[in-house]
Amino acid sequence: MRALFSLFAVAVIIVVVVLAVTTDAGRLFFGTILPYAAIAIFLVGMVYRVIDWARSPVPFKITTTSGQQRSLPWIRNSNLESPRNKWGVLGRMLLEVLFFRSLFRNTKADLKDGPRLVYGDAKWLWLAGLIFHWSFLIIFIRHFKFFVEPVPGWVMMIQNLDGFFQVGLPIFYITDGLILAALTFLFLRRVLIPQMRYISLAGDYFPLFVIGGLVISGMIMRYTPLRVDITDAKLMGVGLVTLDPVLPEGLGAIFFVHLTMLTVLLLYFPFSKLTHMAGVFMSPTRNQANDNRVRRHINPWNPEVKVHTYEEWEDEFREVMKAADMPLEKDTESK
Amino acid sequence: MAESKPKPEILAKVDYQPPGDDWMELPVEIRPGTFNYAANPANAKYLDLPHVRKWQPTDDDWQLPENWQEIILEGLHDRLKKYRSLKVFMDICVRCGACADKCHFFLGSGDPKNMPVLRAELLRSVYRRDFTTAGKILGKLAGARPLTPEIIKEWFLYFYQCTECRRCSVFCPYGIDTAEITMMGRELLNSIGLGIDWITTPAANCFRTGNHLGIQPHGFKDSIDFAVEELEEITGIKVDAPINKKGAEILFVSPSADYFASPHYYTLLGYLALFHEIGLDYTWSAYASEGGNFGLFHSADMMKRLNAKIYAEAKRLGVKWILGGECGHMWRVLHQYMDTMNGPADFLDQPVSPITGTRFDHASSTKMVHICEFTADLIANGKLKLDKRRNDNVNVTFHDSCNPARAMGLFDEPRYCIEHACNHFNEMPENTIKEQTFCCGSGSGIGTDENFEMRMRGGFPRANAVKYVHDKHGVNMLACICAIDKATLPPLMEFWVPEVDVCGIHELIGNAMIMKGEKRTTDLRGEPLPGMEESDADESGEVKEVSEDV
Amino acid sequence: MYDAGKVILGVVLFLAILLFPVWYNLAKGQTDAEPELAEPVKGETCVAPTDYMRSNHMDLLDDWRDRVVRDGERIYVDFTGNKHEMSLSNTCLDCHADKAKFCDECHTFMAVEPYCWDCHIIPEATTAGEVTHGT
Repeated sequence: MRALFSLFAVAVIIVVVVLAVTTDAGRLFFGTILPYAAIAIFLVGMVYRVIDWARSPVPFKITTTSGQQRSLPWIRNSNLESPRNKWGVLGRMLLEVLFFRSLFRNTKADLKDGPRLVYGDAKWLWLAGLIFHWSFLIIFIRHFKFFVEPVPGWVMMIQNLDGFFQVGLPIFYITDGLILAALTFLFLRRVLIPQMRYISLAGDYFPLFVIGGLVISGMIMRYTPLRVDITDAKLMGVGLVTLDPVLPEGLGAIFFVHLTMLTVLLLYFPFSKLTHMAGVFMSPTRNQANDNRVRRHINPWNPEVKVHTYEEWEDEFREVMKAADMPLEKDTESK
Repeated sequence: MAESKPKPEILAKVDYQPPGDDWMELPVEIRPGTFNYAANPANAKYLDLPHVRKWQPTDDDWQLPENWQEIILEGLHDRLKKYRSLKVFMDICVRCGACADKCHFFLGSGDPKNMPVLRAELLRSVYRRDFTTAGKILGKLAGARPLTPEIIKEWFLYFYQCTECRRCSVFCPYGIDTAEITMMGRELLNSIGLGIDWITTPAANCFRTGNHLGIQPHGFKDSIDFAVEELEEITGIKVDAPINKKGAEILFVSPSADYFASPHYYTLLGYLALFHEIGLDYTWSAYASEGGNFGLFHSADMMKRLNAKIYAEAKRLGVKWILGGECGHMWRVLHQYMDTMNGPADFLDQPVSPITGTRFDHASSTKMVHICEFTADLIANGKLKLDKRRNDNVNVTFHDSCNPARAMGLFDEPRYCIEHACNHFNEMPENTIKEQTFCCGSGSGIGTDENFEMRMRGGFPRANAVKYVHDKHGVNMLACICAIDKATLPPLMEFWVPEVDVCGIHELIGNAMIMKGEKRTTDLRGEPLPGMEESDADESGEVKEVSEDV
Repeated sequence: MYDAGKVILGVVLFLAILLFPVWYNLAKGQTDAEPELAEPVKGETCVAPTDYMRSNHMDLLDDWRDRVVRDGERIYVDFTGNKHEMSLSNTCLDCHADKAKFCDECHTFMAVEPYCWDCHIIPEATTAGEVTHGT
């Protein structure tokens, strides 16, 4: 149901775009106005989100330790899993952000007869997630060529690596295939695994469909007879980023679908779980060192609390302590 | 509380298929055996807790205060402003599901709301509705729902079916820590008077007398004195166990269960023997006679209130540094909270082992050292005479307690101690130890009789791993360094793997340690000490030799 | 705001990466650039309509190559019925003699690096007669 709703929403957007861009007003709206609005909302929204998170302090150093602490000199500290210093934290964060270290640990529990609980490797989610994110990044970088002139060498290099196998004409980009496969996997596991279906919200399917629409419309433009003239696409791209928007005639509906999928993604981003892109950097269990006993962490709102002081305590128990011949601070009889 | 106890073969049948297709529609069932009783009003009042009243979870009407919604929402708002963790964790979960089958309560119960992701959604759905744009506009479609009394019951059930063990947070790609969410959830529940007794009463006791059990100073002294006598009976050595001794070098703090419960008690005997053997200048404190801190399971403020005693007492007694005994959640507080809450401990010295001279640089600010670190250092420096054969009657496996594992990274120190005290040590499978260790199922204040079924379910993954090494290697002793473990693993073992017993590491050390002048034929439990019962000639010769050194 | 230094650094990096096209164009951009194709040196019509050629010339060339190299065909009948030799060098470059001002104009603009010239020798510009003939 929640999946269908999201699919329906994306379908409606596509139909609206296809119909709207038959008119000049529609082309202006979906080709210029909405993209600018989306970029602004995305950038401001994400920056606002991050600053809003940062407005709350981290009162305690609650590092999740996934490895041996630093203690005695002859015990080997696992600096990447239980960082003793900021380099360890940096390494841990890089492993997390670039290679999804924690997800790599994933296991799948099975209850067998006996009863026997067994934990099998479950790396598919890690692999699909990694492929999806890396492909997205590479595709994103490849698209710089539509927005800048001259095209920098490193963008060309990434593009050429992506088309390394030189299959098809135009050359098939490896990331196009990978991202589609990864998206399919991520979608299928959500609908086919009962627990996944159970925990999934509309907001979990929606971005999958939007990104799916984005990828498929892009591939249609490159690999099928609905190909668009990419020079026009670039003229438009450069026009957008130089605040001199143009709407070349030759760009068909499929181009506007592609552009709108991106626009929708940008608009949706700051208000959704997609903020994990920034949030992962701010997770207090990962971005702090396990040096609690070496460096005192300061809680800016450390409250005054009512405590039971020793004096109050001794006052309450003086008689019994005296009877038990325990040391006292104040001996009543000596008064 | 006289419900018939469940049977292992029934609990072992777990169905992981979620019922229906919408968890928001799933009714909350307060079922005997799966929840904890409400706080005793007198004790809640003693701690000045809000909205104290007589109620029970089984009541239809929980008599929520009139403005309960306002209190909850304001409390949530307040905590979002105070804890970045909460704010980030509310926003960024992608529901990838990696955490789902990492929770011992889900593995043992199959209840979908025990998947960490859904446990967090219980709170997140309310957060979305009142604190996010999407939730305000789209409502249920965005996974938001209005706050109802039913949701409060749901929170009560599931935030007390989480032991704050943090296993899920190890696997989460964003490090989302359900313990953090559960802690916030419990604080919110407490703000409308919905605490549980197993947390409130120990906290009140600890606040008043210094320890969870409410043992008054003279009772505490009796317990320690009794242990000293018992140790003398076993070893023939009378040790000194000073209490509230000013000017001692080290303050020793351990969980109160060590001097009151079994099998903790044998670990206490181990400490006493060890401290005597190395001639440690230390003191116990009757005021800070509790290392454990059930405030951690209640609220940050309560944690601070109870924890304050340790530094205050160290200062009053004028010790140089503090040594901490075997306890799990106690070490979460000591390692991750104490210095921040009640520090700086600038009146203490950098901890240095008076026996080996080792500077404990890793505790230079907090000035508190874990006894396993301390003992491992003694062993490494050859300061202890350990005869591993004396533990030949046990085949040990080690249960990493959640907090020392995932909130401290204390993995190798206890293992080093075990390996030097025992000949037979076998690890459980790698997915069930170290950072992936499974909770005993009864931590964080929910180890009650009325919650028995849920505890057995939650402890199932741990017990199952013990059963594996029991069947494969003949393991018969589960060593651990946590007072809650020592209290709750025995019934768990009795339920799932009846052949396995539970002990602390310093019980093993105490058994293996050759003491100068000792005369012993039994281990700390009063059972025959291997090697000392039959071949008297060999062993007594060795002992005699040692005695002559004295 | 807490951890302001780190957070601001992060935000600046984020914006710098996302807005790369904007500042890159400002810094070294030739944003007025637009491919300008040299007029063919001879000929009235191409082998296919201009619109088609603009976006699909690579398909045609690919097809030609396969037919010549694999099937041994030589003659292409275009949409008006005229016959042409299927040859990049002899036919295409015969009219579009200046690679730099024709092929490269768009290819460079779009960062496309066709592998035509892995085999075909790049003709020396302007006069068709001087083109070295390849297959």
